[in-house]
Formats: sequence, structure tokens, C-alpha cells
Amino acid sequence: MRPAVCAKWAGCAAAVALVATGCGGGTAGPGGSAVVSASWGDPQNPLEPANTNEVQGGKVLEMLLRGLKRYDPETGAAKNVLAEKIETTDAQHYTVTLKRGWSFSDGEKVTAKSFVDAWNYGALLDNKQKNAPFFQYIDGFDKVHPDNGKPTAKTLSGLKVKDDHTFDVTLNQKFSSWPDTLGYSAFMPLPQAFFRDHAGWLKRPVGNGPYLVDSYTKGSVLKMRKWKRYPGPDPAQNGGIDLRVYTDSETAYTDLQAGNLDLVDDIPASQLKNVRSDLGDRYLNQPAGIIQTLTFPMYDAHWGKPGMERVRRGLSMAIDREQITKEIFQHTRTPATDWTSPVLGEKGGFKEGLCGDACVFDPAKARQLIKDGGGLPGGRMTITYNADTGSHKDWVDAVCNSINKTLGNDKACVGNPVGTFADFRNQISARQLTGPFRAGWQMDYPLIQNFLQPLYYTNASSNDGKFSNPDFDKLVNQANAAPDTRQAVAKFQDAERILAREMPSIPLWYQNGSGGYSDRISNVRLNPFSVPVYNEITVG
Amino acid sequence: MPEPHVPQEAIGHGDGGTAALAIGEAESLARAPGAGPPPPGGEPTGKPRSLWSDAWHDLRRNPVFVVSALVIVFLVVIAIWPQLIATGNPYRADLSKAQQGAAPGHPFGYDTQGRDVYTRVVYGARASITVGTCATAGVALLGSLLGGLAGFFGGWSDTLLSRLADVFFGIPVLLGGLVFLSVVTSTTVWPVVGFIVLLGWPQIARIARGSVVTAKQNDYVQAARALGAGNGRMLLRHIAPNAVAPVIVVATIALGTYIALEATLSYLGAGLKPPTVSWGIDISAASTHIRNAPHMLLWPAGALSITVLAFIMLGDAVRDALDPKLR
Amino acid sequence: MGRYVIRRLLQMIPVFIGSTFLIFLMVYALGDPVAAMFGDRAPDPATAAQIRHDLYLDQPLWKQYPHYMGQIFQGNFGTAFNGQPVTELMRTAFPVTLRLTIVAIVLETVVGVALGVFSGLRRGRSIDTTVLVLTLVVVSVPTFVSGYLLQFVFGVKWEWAAPTVAIEAPLGQLLLPGLVLALVSLAYVTRLTRTSIAENARADYVRTAVAKGLPRHRVITRHLLRNSLIPVVTFIGTDIGALMGGAIVTERIFNIHGVGYQLYQGILRQNSPTVVGFVTILVLVFLIANLLVDLLYAVLDPRIRYA
Repeated sequence: MRPAVCAKWAGCAAAVALVATGCGGGTAGPGGSAVVSASWGDPQNPLEPANTNEVQGGKVLEMLLRGLKRYDPETGAAKNVLAEKIETTDAQHYTVTLKRGWSFSDGEKVTAKSFVDAWNYGALLDNKQKNAPFFQYIDGFDKVHPDNGKPTAKTLSGLKVKDDHTFDVTLNQKFSSWPDTLGYSAFMPLPQAFFRDHAGWLKRPVGNGPYLVDSYTKGSVLKMRKWKRYPGPDPAQNGGIDLRVYTDSETAYTDLQAGNLDLVDDIPASQLKNVRSDLGDRYLNQPAGIIQTLTFPMYDAHWGKPGMERVRRGLSMAIDREQITKEIFQHTRTPATDWTSPVLGEKGGFKEGLCGDACVFDPAKARQLIKDGGGLPGGRMTITYNADTGSHKDWVDAVCNSINKTLGNDKACVGNPVGTFADFRNQISARQLTGPFRAGWQMDYPLIQNFLQPLYYTNASSNDGKFSNPDFDKLVNQANAAPDTRQAVAKFQDAERILAREMPSIPLWYQNGSGGYSDRISNVRLNPFSVPVYNEITVG
Repeated sequence: MPEPHVPQEAIGHGDGGTAALAIGEAESLARAPGAGPPPPGGEPTGKPRSLWSDAWHDLRRNPVFVVSALVIVFLVVIAIWPQLIATGNPYRADLSKAQQGAAPGHPFGYDTQGRDVYTRVVYGARASITVGTCATAGVALLGSLLGGLAGFFGGWSDTLLSRLADVFFGIPVLLGGLVFLSVVTSTTVWPVVGFIVLLGWPQIARIARGSVVTAKQNDYVQAARALGAGNGRMLLRHIAPNAVAPVIVVATIALGTYIALEATLSYLGAGLKPPTVSWGIDISAASTHIRNAPHMLLWPAGALSITVLAFIMLGDAVRDALDPKLR
Repeated sequence: MGRYVIRRLLQMIPVFIGSTFLIFLMVYALGDPVAAMFGDRAPDPATAAQIRHDLYLDQPLWKQYPHYMGQIFQGNFGTAFNGQPVTELMRTAFPVTLRLTIVAIVLETVVGVALGVFSGLRRGRSIDTTVLVLTLVVVSVPTFVSGYLLQFVFGVKWEWAAPTVAIEAPLGQLLLPGLVLALVSLAYVTRLTRTSIAENARADYVRTAVAKGLPRHRVITRHLLRNSLIPVVTFIGTDIGALMGGAIVTERIFNIHGVGYQLYQGILRQNSPTVVGFVTILVLVFLIANLLVDLLYAVLDPRIRYA
């Protein structure tokens, strides 16, 4: 908090008063308590684990709760936390054994019931949990969450508590990498208090993670404090985190510069040029599991017709990714050469250059391909984006300019801003867009499957362009049933090669997580989900 | 609604004071001291001249008017034929020159996309001046018509129009802009103009109504009414010239704010859409780059300021010329 | 007078219904808010349908509006999508914005009227020209530009003021955002005062007052100012509502968690309970301010009487 003196001002002219207060000091509270202030966005949904599907709510849950597995902040590998072991013989029936000695901060022991009840709550349609589809592989999901009508069961038949520390999970299909999905926040355990006094829990959530909620002023500030009796291996190295809500990343950055804030995890694009001189080595820029693409409306009669893949590939080659990532993003993006992310690693399925020539800037070839394919539909195209978040305008204009320059036509491609994200999403789901639109995919868990299946499998949940290719679907099915990771990855990459040929979406660049911090704190880094690893931050 | 009850003995202040003004340096303000007050109705003896031709006579000799009118003519000309003074292409982008400062042949430097700022400022005049003038004209016409009628007739029509204005006044501009302009997909300037007129007219209407209510009380209006002047004649000849001053003052400032509002709407993604080039689009794009590339903001904002200055000066001069009290 | 006020209060009812309906219609026209709740992911149809049903969104517009208004009259403004009651949002947001508005109104009135009087009395002199150019620059710079600029210069470069406002929004920290918010209106107030003063300075009653030998400051404050303030008061009255609802850009830049912030969030998320609820209150504020302005007319101009 700012020193109290700043709140006072004498009744004189504005400028004089501003001088007199002399604000802009450090953030240290009385006695230099080791609390870190960090930028935050107002979470869209109540902070229930199965209802939190965006990064702002995810930040809180990462501090508040620990589940069976956690993705390693460095490598992204799923590692056991509360799980002693997760065993299966057929990739369909699993037995989960919990470690002993874990409890919630209100004293309640974490048992098998804590998980089973939480998952049942998350899956049940009546509770309107937005992450409910994450439970769709568990047997009985269609009963608690039917596509139409009322649920015919309250609990998932595939979940059975054996004793306090063991439960059985039956899946409705073979899914060998299922245990690796369990680090996602939807799979976190919940204390009985959540069910007993739901409103009370939402006001002041109780969990089993390294922090507990001290106070929560909705829309303004959430104060997390170190839970001193946290039994896990990763206790908080600081006294607590104050998550402060900002609506504008420019403002948060300004506050960081003025010393009013310790940590921002989103550097606005317009400040990227200054960030090195402003922050020096207190600037974070590291790969994250996010890829930006331009998705084509494959449902559209013009864009989806056979032969247009040449135009789509040509457009991909008309984009000078190197120059745009340098001039617009100051190297906080890396030109993409496949449809996954470098954070997966070679073993996880990332393959540099898989896209081939189609992702290399080559104006002459691009012109030829677009001409061969019959040109742009109607001679022009728009790139649709939402204008309210994420400063997309600069790069969309730059992509269009690159295409226009290649085609020698100043008005061939123009950006089409949509006022709100909600409207943007509605236009996508209503299939109203008749040209490519921006798409950003942030992985849920670090598996190559998560970058391909939800986005390009026929009728998959996030297949916004409605791409459909039987060969692609077949390869994905084979990959999911593959006995080991290496073979699965090989099949997924074969599927990816179909994307390179058909180009249903143009991979633009891999997004880095960016952030900056004050000289008060150290040991700051971002995990592969671009979320700061709060518990490791040290003060002083 | 006010139903003003003006005592007959109320001091009139519409009878044209022309003698030396007593306050401070105020004498210097009257540009034509000594001229006789026009008789009620503003028709001097001798060669009959209307108020409007009188005004025109005055304006031609007013240097402020001449200069601002010339600036506006210049702006209108480049809005219609930008290629007269800019040979470049406002869309041609060279990303490798992003945000660079002035260079030979590119006096204003480059923007974030590596486009020539000078060319864009020249080409941006068309959209911005169209939005500013058309929206102001629409707002002023609609607002003073409705407000004037409400103030003149009073009673039922006043109530209805004033409350209708209240309904539109209550809508936050941003909400209206986001909704209205997200439903319309046209890339022309007309949706933006229409939106500004829709939400802007109540402001002028209230002001026009207020000044008509005041002007209605003046002795010369009462006299004209006593002499049997009809409503139309009273409004046009006696009330409008006396009530138009505040409307012109507010409208000329509003012109500037409308061009700026277009910028704010662009900033929120609901304003003019590319490929239209406008000062608003460029100012909003430049606003967050103040630190690195102030020239991106300076030039379009400067052009905007000059335009607004010219219109305010013009409005001032016209207002003075229309004010019989200044003769 | 009493009858007049009662009549005006009664007239507020149709205006209130008209405005709220218009707002409701607009938020409705923005489209379905449910899709955006699922982020970049396509919504699960069953969950989305359940949410729509619970929010009464699966009903046609002509049913939604009376249902919503019925709830409002019972004091239930609904729940924002993040699970917070709208009344709770209002309790925290309105005091903050009210303080910001007061700061802005005081700044624009004091500075605007003072500048207007000076330049009105010295029309054509250099001070008049200077003020003209200053107000002009202010008018031609959009709020988001002046906001970022002043924030950077005062907050970061010179460290004269806090660049953002704390949750409690103390008055001292609201000076800078208040100034940014007041800037455009300040220009209007200055211009209106100047015109009015210049006009009235030539009026008979002013001459009479001067001829009577009254001291200059008394002539200005008692006679000239009082008669010149009518258009200014009209403007400020209508401006109150606009300032309270129009602080969206300012509150965003200075991270003030007031009405503008909540409205902006509500619009982005197409959250009709928040937007309609807040605008409803704003419309009320606006109507009452209007009424007060009309009553002030009578105080400022004794020739106007309300029957």
C-alpha cells in the first residue's frame, strides 16, 4: 500500500496539492511485511475450480488448491502431488491412491471423498460448471450431463470411493494419457465446507494449497496469505500475494514503473520497446503454451471449396512473420513453424519446421499460389478480431499490410474489429464470419493432443472453422489408442502434416509469457501457462 | 416545464446597448460604437436590409472570419482532393521503418505500420471533417429545431420534447456506440455521423430551448407580438437571431469533440473502420505510443486542433455578426 | 412551485421507463452473453442452455423486460455473471464515482467560470486569445490521450501524483483523474461563460449598476455573473449525468473501480443486469439534476416563475 501521507492534501490549487503529496513511493507496508502485490484481472466466473476456464481465476486456484498432479513450472511435465500412484492395466480402469498427511486449511483431511464429491459437482448439469466437459471421459457423464433435458443421475457412475485414500475411476473409452490431464484446475479436490456453505465458500474460498484467502473484495483486490502449516513440498517463500484488479495492462505497467506494484504478467505491446530500459533484467520473456493462428471459415462456400488450399497456403506464405514479430512484438513472439508449442519439447511433439515451405515468407510463390487457387474470394478479405482486449489491431494491420504488399493491392486485406469479445465469439459460433479470424489457443495441459484434437477434429469443441478431414480424424484416433507416448506423438505429427497441406488455419507465432517485476522481489518466473510461479517469489 | 411568468416591468436587456460600456476595458469590445440601435424587428430605415445581409456585410470585414474561412476552405479542398498536396499512398506500409522519425520526403515520420504520417494526415482530413461537420450540422439542426419549438410553444409539446431528450440523454455514449456501431457493418462514415446526431441532439435542444425561453421574454418580442406578428415570423425574425448565439458557440466546440469522439470510438473498436483513413483512427493508434513515437500523435492531433480552432473562430465571428446588440 | 415539482416528478416515470427499455433493448441487441463466458472455447451446449434458462435469457424480449423491471421494483437488481449481486457492486462503485464527479465538477466550475469571466471581460485581448487556444487544445485532444499523457507525466516522470487510484479512492488521488475527466467540459464552461459575460457586460442593468457607483467586483459578482450563469448552469446540470456515466475511459486509465469501470466490464461481457441496473440509477441521477437545474433558473433569473 502507498504511505498514508498521500491520502492527505491541503485545500490548494491542484498542481500544488499534487506536488505536496509527493506520491509514488514504494509499496512496502508498515514494518516491511513481505507481501507481494501483483496485477490481476477480474475473474469472469465465480472461483469454483470446475467453473474457472480463464487465466485470471486460474492464478488464484494455482495458489489455493493442489490436486492429484501438478504441471512442473519448469518443464510442464505432470508430476504427482497428492497422488501416491495412479494405476491402470487397460488404460480404461484406473485406481487412484492418495498420499497421507494432506488437509485443507480449515483442518479437514483431504480424502478420496474430497475428490469424488468435487468431480461429481463439476460434472452435474444443474451446477452449470463451464469445465464440465473435462469430465466427459468418465463413465456415466451422459447421465449427469445429458445433451438435452434433465440429468437422470446425480453422480458419475465411473467414480467409486474405496477407502479414505483410494478411489476407482472407470472411463468410457481407452485414454492412456488421461492421468496427465489431472493437473488441470477442474480436477482439484474440495472441502465439505464448499457444499455445506456454498455462498460462504465463494466469499472466502478454502483450499489445500500453499496460500489461504485472507480477504476478497470482489472486483478490486484478493489478498492471499501464506498458509503456515501447508504440508506440501512447495510452501510459499513470501508472506502473501495481493492480487489487484486492473482493467488496462497499460495502467498496471505504469503502476509498476511508479513503484506501486511489484509484479505484472502482461506487458502491453506499446511498452515492449521500453521494457528493457525501464526494467533491465527484471523483465520476463519466456515461452508459454500459447499459439496464435488465423483460422479460416471452412464452412464458407468460398473459403472451404476444393482448390482453395492453395490460396490458404499462399496467404500463409505472404505473411512476413519474422518482421512482424520483430517490429510489432519486439521478439515476444516466435514465428510459428508448426501447430503446437515449443514448451511441449521435442519429445512432447513439438517439431520445428513441420509446416514446411508454407510457413516461410516468399512473396513470389505466394502470389503464384493465390493466383493458381483462383485468387481471394471477391478479390478481398477481412481479418476479424476483437478490439477490447489484447491489442490485436497492430498485428492484424501488419499481417494485412504484408498480404497487400505481396499482392500489390492496398485494399485486398483489411482488419475488421469487433467491439467486444462476447460479440466476436457469438459471430464465430453463429458462423457469421466470411473471412479468416484471429484465434489464440492456450493449452489446458502440455500434451500435443490438446493442440490438435479440440481444434481440428471433426465437430470438436473448439473447431471454430469447422474443419473436417477423415484422414486427420483417423490419425488422431490411432494416436489416442497408441500404447506409448512416442508412438502417439508420431501419429499426432502425421495428423499435423495434413494441416500443413490443407491449411485450415495459418500458424502465426508462438506467444511468450511476458512480465516484469519491481526491485523489491526476486526469483520470479512464469510457468508454461504464462502464470507467475507465485509461491517461489522472495521479497528483499 | 417552466411556465415563465414575466412581470411586465422586468428590465429588458435586448434593446441594444450601444453607448460606452462601463465595465473595465469592455468599451473596446463594441466594434461599432455609436451606431443607432435597430428598432424592434431589426429593420432600419432607408435601404431595407435583413439581419442576415447585415451580418454578411460585417463578416466580410472581419479578419478573424476571413482567416478562419480560408483555413476551412483549404481543409475542405484537401478533404476532397488530398492528392493535391500529398503524392504518397496512405496505405503503403514498410514495416522496417516502423515508428521512425522524420526523414527526407517524409517530414512527419512513420507510424507503427511504417506508413507515411504526412500522407495519412492529409488523407485523414476527409473522414474526420465529414464526421465533424455533418454530425454538427445534424445535431445543430435537429437540436435547435426541436429545442426551439419546445421553448417557443411551451406547454404540452415542450414537455414531450424535453422528456424525449431526457430519454436519449440518459444513454451512456460508450454503450450506445458499442451497440449501435457493432450492429452496423458499413465501413463508411455515415453510421458514426448518425450515431452522434442521435445522441447529440438533446444537448443542443436544451440550450436552444433555454435561450428561446429567455429571448421570448424580451420587450421587442412582446412588442412584435402585440403588433400582431405571426408565430413563424416571430420565430425567424425576432427570436432565432437572438437565441442562436449559444447554439453556435456550443456547436462549434461540439464539432471538435465529435471529431475527438470519433477517435474515442475508434480506440474502443467501434468507430470508423479500415480501410477508411481518419485522424481519429490514427490518434487512437498513437495514444499508447506517446513515449516512443510522439510524432505519431502530434501531427494528426495538431491537424485536429487547427480544424477545431478554425471552426470555433468562425462560429465566434458569425455569432458576433448575428448579434444586433453589437452593432 | 410545489405543484410544478410534483408534475415534473410524475413526468419522470415515462422517461424512466423509456430509458430503461432503450438500454435493455441495446444490451439485448448486443447478442447472447453466454458464449463469451466460455472464453476461446466453444460453449458446451447443455451447460449454456442451463445458464440461459437460469438468467431468463431463453425468454423473448417482451417477457424479459417486464420480468426484470418487476424484480427491480422489489429492490432486486439481479446478479452479475461473476456471482456478485448488482446492488453490492453499486454500493462500492457509486460512492467512488460520486467523489470523482464532484472533483471534476468543482474543477470545471471554478476554473471554467474564472477563465470565462477573465476572457469575457477582456475580449480580444491576449489573455482571451490564450484562453481560447488553451481550451481549444483541450477540446481537440481525446480523453484517452490526455489521460495517458498526464498519467505518464505527473505519475511516472515527475512523480507528483499517484498514477493510479487505490481501492479506497481518497480525494487526493482523485485530483488528477478528476482533472482529466473535467477537461473537455471545462472548455465548454469557459466558452459559455465568456460568451455570456461579454454579452451581458453591455446590458443596461450593468450600466445602471456601474453608474450607481457600485464597486467593480460587486457589479461583476452580483449583477453580471448572476445573469450570465444561466447557460452555464444548464450545461453543468446536464453534464453531471454524463460525467458519472462517461468516466469509462478515465476510470479505466486510472484503474478506478467506479461506475464507469463496472459499466465497461458489463458491456464487454454483455452483462445486462449490471449494465441496465447501473444505467437505471444514472438515469435517475440525470433526471433529478435536470429538475434542479430548472429550479435554479428561477433563482438566477427572477423573471422566471414556476406555476
